Amino acid sequence: MKLSTLALTLTSLAGLIIGICGSGPSEADAKPVSYKLPNQTATFKPGPNMEVVRNNCTSCHSVDYVQTQPRGPKFKEVFWRAEVTKMIKVYGAPIDDADVGKIVDYLTQTY
Amino acid sequence: MIDRRSLIKYSGAAIAALGTGMTSPSLRAFAATAALPFDNGERPLVKYPQKRPMISLTSRPPQLETPFSVFNANVITPNDAFFVRYHLADVPLNIDPDAFSVRIQGKVDKPMKLSLADIKKMPAVDIVAVNQCSGNSRGFFNPRVAGGQLGNGAMGNARWRGVPLKVVLDRAGVQPGARQVTFNGMDGPVTDKTPDFVKALDIDHARDGEVMLAYSMNGADLPVLNGFPLRLVVPGYYGTYWVKHLNEITVIDNVFDGFWMKTAYRIPDNDCNCVEPGTAPKATIPINRFKVRSFITSVADGAKLKAGAQTTLKGIAFDGGKGIKDVAVSTDGGKTWAQASLGKDLGKYSFREWQMRVRLAAGAHELKVRATSNGGETQPMEPLWNGAGYLRNVVETVRVRAA
Repeated sequence: MKLSTLALTLTSLAGLIIGICGSGPSEADAKPVSYKLPNQTATFKPGPNMEVVRNNCTSCHSVDYVQTQPRGPKFKEVFWRAEVTKMIKVYGAPIDDADVGKIVDYLTQTY
Repeated sequence: MIDRRSLIKYSGAAIAALGTGMTSPSLRAFAATAALPFDNGERPLVKYPQKRPMISLTSRPPQLETPFSVFNANVITPNDAFFVRYHLADVPLNIDPDAFSVRIQGKVDKPMKLSLADIKKMPAVDIVAVNQCSGNSRGFFNPRVAGGQLGNGAMGNARWRGVPLKVVLDRAGVQPGARQVTFNGMDGPVTDKTPDFVKALDIDHARDGEVMLAYSMNGADLPVLNGFPLRLVVPGYYGTYWVKHLNEITVIDNVFDGFWMKTAYRIPDNDCNCVEPGTAPKATIPINRFKVRSFITSVADGAKLKAGAQTTLKGIAFDGGKGIKDVAVSTDGGKTWAQASLGKDLGKYSFREWQMRVRLAAGAHELKVRATSNGGETQPMEPLWNGAGYLRNVVETVRVRAA
């Protein structure tokens, strides 16, 4: 079994064991819920300054936000620079100016 | 040719698990992936608590798509298969419904806090309504656009039970001059620099008697990831307005200018709500009602059928609230069309099932389905485009071979 498969499997099993309350009929009183999200499994591909990317991006979102984007010649430097700029200007991501170019380069070269 | 539906690859255990609605844990159950039929469409199938294995778009925050076969098996989408879409990663994971309350505030005579028990004491109403992501089917856009690369599974149809928002607003006493109502939920951003997810409806829409505070879905509490213990239901409107974990309702006397209304979820302000591919619109408006759509659910793209044998095609159709007038099916790529028979009417906001018997001669066939609403709106034969990847409603095509 591949490691990634094992991780997914264990996570899923944990979800079943922890289980969940509060799924009874609505007319009865709903019960308190303690919900456990599965672990993230997607990881950044190796590339230049991957650590910088991981440190800046993953505090707000998982790696699959990056890896599921469209690919091809129209989704290179201009596309990724626009995405990184949006993260900073629209979503307020606290990214140092010095890191912006490194992140754009990594995304352009790696995805 | 790639299958237009998700090709789902399972281990044997996963097939068993999917078939039984996940009643028995299995160590090998979830080593499965789905391949959405566009470039870079490989997705893991992931099992969350209260959910069957779902097509995972993102994990933090969670975005889960319904495997398409679910829509053939059920006109009402089961809670454990209903799609999930969050925007911001601070998802509420510990929720005590006894401690929960929703605040009604702003331009009202009597600001109030209602507990879940208070709300459940009010006269309840039921409505069957489709919820669909604005960006459902974005992955099929050509040219491709940024955003969540969804197949066709970010939609679902459920029986919602709750209290009309109008009743709650009337109790609080909306003041003269009120223009909009804003809705905020317990989920939020991980940094306070990120705009919180807040949506707004015009006051007349909010008081139309159909917009609902729902605490029940298909006869059970809302699943956590679908907004437990209370969510907004906005029949006929795209899912962006259906605020989950709803705990703050504010009546305002202006037009709300928060990011998620003023900047995000905007569509071109023209008749088709579309632009030439690759261009930007001159003006935009907030996204609103669903465009009419229909799908063939019984036959997947690339399927092999028996030549000359009677085959029953079936599927679903829905629109933004006029209801479905008719569904037409073509087996020759759109040259000729025949009326399908419509299934039970569960209400104008519901999926409407349709079916039609066909006999296909040996060879390749393009099956198409096109719905028309009671308002006369129908589906375009060619896809319309907008830069955000919203509103997709092109006539769907399923290619099959009879032999």
